[in-house]
Amino acid sequence: MGLQIQHLLGLENVSREDIKAILDTADGFYGVLQRDIKVVPTLRGQTVVNLFYENSTRTRISFELAEKRLSANPLNFTASTSSINKGEGLRDTIRNIEAMKIDMVVVRHSCAGAPYFLTQCTDAVIVNAGDGLHEHPTQALLDMMTIRQKLGRLEGLKVAIIGDIFHSRVARSNAWGMKTMGMNVVLCGPPTLLPQHTDSLGVPVTDNIDEALDGADVVMLLRVQLERQSSAVFPSVHEYRDRYGFDLDRLSKMKKDVVVMHPGPINRGVELSSNVADSENSVILDQVTNGVAVRMAVLYLLGGGENG
Amino acid sequence: MVKKNIGTVTYPLTNGMRAEPLVIINGRVIDPEQGIDGTRAVVLDGGAVRAVAENVPPEYSGAGVIDAAGCWVVPGLVDMHVHLREPGREDKETIATGTQAAAAGGFTAVACMPNTAPVLDEDSKIRYVIQRGEDCPCRIYPIGAITKGLEGEELAPMGEMVDTGAVAVSDDGKPVSNSSVMRNAFNYSKSFNIPVICHSEESTLSAKGHMNEGLVSTRLGIRGIPVVAETIAVSRDILLAEYTRARIHIAHVSTAGSVRLVREAKARGVNVTAETCAHYITLTDEDIGMYDTNKKMNPPLRTAVDREAILAGLADGTIDVIASDHAPHTPEEKDVEFDNAAFGVIGLETSLAIALTMLVNKGILTPAQMVDRMSAAPNRILGLAGGTLKAGSPADVTVIDPSVKWTVDPSLFFSKSRNSPFIGMELTGAAAYTILGGRVVYRRG
Amino acid sequence: MDAHALDLALTRIAHQILERHGDLSAVCIVGMQTRGVYLAQRITAKINAMEGVSLKTGILDTTLYRDDYRLAFRQPEVRVTDIPFDINEKNVVLVDDVLFTGRTVRAALDAIMDHGRPRTIQLAALVDRGHRELPIRGDYVGKKITTSPKQEVALRISELDGEDSLWLTELEGEE
Repeated sequence: MGLQIQHLLGLENVSREDIKAILDTADGFYGVLQRDIKVVPTLRGQTVVNLFYENSTRTRISFELAEKRLSANPLNFTASTSSINKGEGLRDTIRNIEAMKIDMVVVRHSCAGAPYFLTQCTDAVIVNAGDGLHEHPTQALLDMMTIRQKLGRLEGLKVAIIGDIFHSRVARSNAWGMKTMGMNVVLCGPPTLLPQHTDSLGVPVTDNIDEALDGADVVMLLRVQLERQSSAVFPSVHEYRDRYGFDLDRLSKMKKDVVVMHPGPINRGVELSSNVADSENSVILDQVTNGVAVRMAVLYLLGGGENG
Repeated sequence: MVKKNIGTVTYPLTNGMRAEPLVIINGRVIDPEQGIDGTRAVVLDGGAVRAVAENVPPEYSGAGVIDAAGCWVVPGLVDMHVHLREPGREDKETIATGTQAAAAGGFTAVACMPNTAPVLDEDSKIRYVIQRGEDCPCRIYPIGAITKGLEGEELAPMGEMVDTGAVAVSDDGKPVSNSSVMRNAFNYSKSFNIPVICHSEESTLSAKGHMNEGLVSTRLGIRGIPVVAETIAVSRDILLAEYTRARIHIAHVSTAGSVRLVREAKARGVNVTAETCAHYITLTDEDIGMYDTNKKMNPPLRTAVDREAILAGLADGTIDVIASDHAPHTPEEKDVEFDNAAFGVIGLETSLAIALTMLVNKGILTPAQMVDRMSAAPNRILGLAGGTLKAGSPADVTVIDPSVKWTVDPSLFFSKSRNSPFIGMELTGAAAYTILGGRVVYRRG
Repeated sequence: MDAHALDLALTRIAHQILERHGDLSAVCIVGMQTRGVYLAQRITAKINAMEGVSLKTGILDTTLYRDDYRLAFRQPEVRVTDIPFDINEKNVVLVDDVLFTGRTVRAALDAIMDHGRPRTIQLAALVDRGHRELPIRGDYVGKKITTSPKQEVALRISELDGEDSLWLTELEGEE
């Protein structure tokens, strides 16, 4: 047991054994979250810094809850409350925080590679909570946990991820992580929302939604930033909904037990219709619950020991 | 004298100090302009080359001697694309430290870009740079701005700048986006017979990008700068120069498409020359690894396909010049997140060794071709007197030790900055002596 | 200790539990991961057979309650905890294989308390090998053996290891 990785920077180079260990551990924490007393003393005395350079209340709350339920002390640094706005560089910020004796850093940053950069500045364990267009590994892990919970396995399942692939770190982390776990991922969106060069994602990419949905066990819709309309990425919300929106009509052509996911927040009526979001197939709220369990597992498995 | 582990640079050069006669013996003299490649003696006197001969003429039997056995003796190297940062950013580099780095790198002349603060966009600023360079161990040829303040709108006074000593014009660092302004710049430049050096970039395609758009940028999640951002602009600039019958020099060619466009334009008879840089010869976007900001520059490192095309372009003469695009930056601008890091790398002290290691030793260029790309060609393009060891030419000579092996360690550099993309690389070859106007200004060891 | 001796010891523990608890409906048998779980299941089965009842066995994992988290570089696996009954006001019997320092039992006490407030908690251990580091004792002990701290006591059970046996081995001279 224990992980091969020392930090969670992304899933691209994380082994199948490590992913399985995180998911198995998360299942254990899921049990803790079902109890009346949802706290365990495991990380008592550990300080975890949530360093959020990008606004993301959901992800930060999920991490903070995970930390509290492990009895760690969370410390929140967000763009509006720290010296981040005063022009202090990331290296100085982390060195200052480290000087206050902390154990782990959860970082969300608009620059890809910022979590890796932090590993070069500090000895603390770094957990990536989303970096630029790069990765969002805990989201992909909670997605896999949720799928395994619903369908009992990962291997061999077909997952269609639909939407703004280009700007999605969730799509990247899922593509790599799910491929490692033996799943068949298809990325799909209008060509303007797909990367120009996709071979390095290691999974098929298409603009044909029917092809992507054909035989899928899981459909994951990604949020479409409506403001992208102004940068000529797609002509209208109406056209996007017609061509790529997932609604009851499309759902009716899927397998009966198809799992419908969304990393949130949802644009209801754009990428996902309300009646599908609230249908029996939707596991969107399970994803939120499992997010806490997965983050507990990651913090638990990476924390602790002083050195390697 | 400025002494470092790797060698000693003479600085400042005292005015009026006469160059004593000097003969360089036993070296392999390579001068493509004269078609010489063989063991000769080179005689320097009065700041000029007196002779290249089989034997030292008797009247110089008492002159100072450099024994260049095992070395190449070539016309002084010229780097026609450097950023010396003075005036304005003396914390990154000064004319003094930049020219010391140049001398240590084997260069006897550099052409410096005008994107300083203030911009070199009028005669007084050109004069300032020339005056600051007077006691420096390397000749400085300023390049004036195409447009005032590099704003891309109004033409800078080209005539005044050329009269003061500017050898070309460029808005390097930024493209001139407005095609009408660019057309006027080409037309106007014809009165002075100077090249317009193009930083060819279509900004609407490169905006927000930080590295080559390709498989690696997709993987790293970094916004990309597509090859077409360069090729579209190279294409426009060549077409404008062709239409106006002006001289055009394409700076820092990084893509296979640009090589093809230049090759086709040359075949049509367009008055076009082109340069590439040591890093495009050596590295690709894969070398960025885990967000290494010392591999971030504009245009960005491209793919192996582009690199191969550039090597072919150098070999067949499509690309005339190897430059460094020496762009010093402070650690504060590089030791940050990749997106927030400044574009640019230093190269004055590595270009020669890169050319020897990556081109000559790999059989892509002959030694004579390398000397052409790094000395004769830039002299030709900028209309300078050097680039050959013909009798009467300036006594600017580089003595190259082609076999010394060394590892790139920027802490030993004469440059003020450390942002080399070649840190840790094992290279072969270095300048043993740099001779400027008949005086030794750099000696290795 | 061979399979027969092991079975006798478990039978004895089952009898002792019955002697001490008149009301079986208030008894909860909880096995501690990993081998304690199987021992608890066997004890439960014996009690169910002897008394014609159908008690269930709970499973408790103490990993998250360990006191050596900061010392370990590789964290041990978090295993299943499954307590399928209400333990409030019940008499809980924790079942472990080998009672040694007492630290695992300490963790188990904390863990079980987070599931409710039992009336009593007792401890059953197949083997007590001594060397306690905390004030903890077994209420039902199958066998007491004298060991040195450098020895390892390993239980093998058929559910996991293909046989029932108890092994006493000398650890190699490593610190």
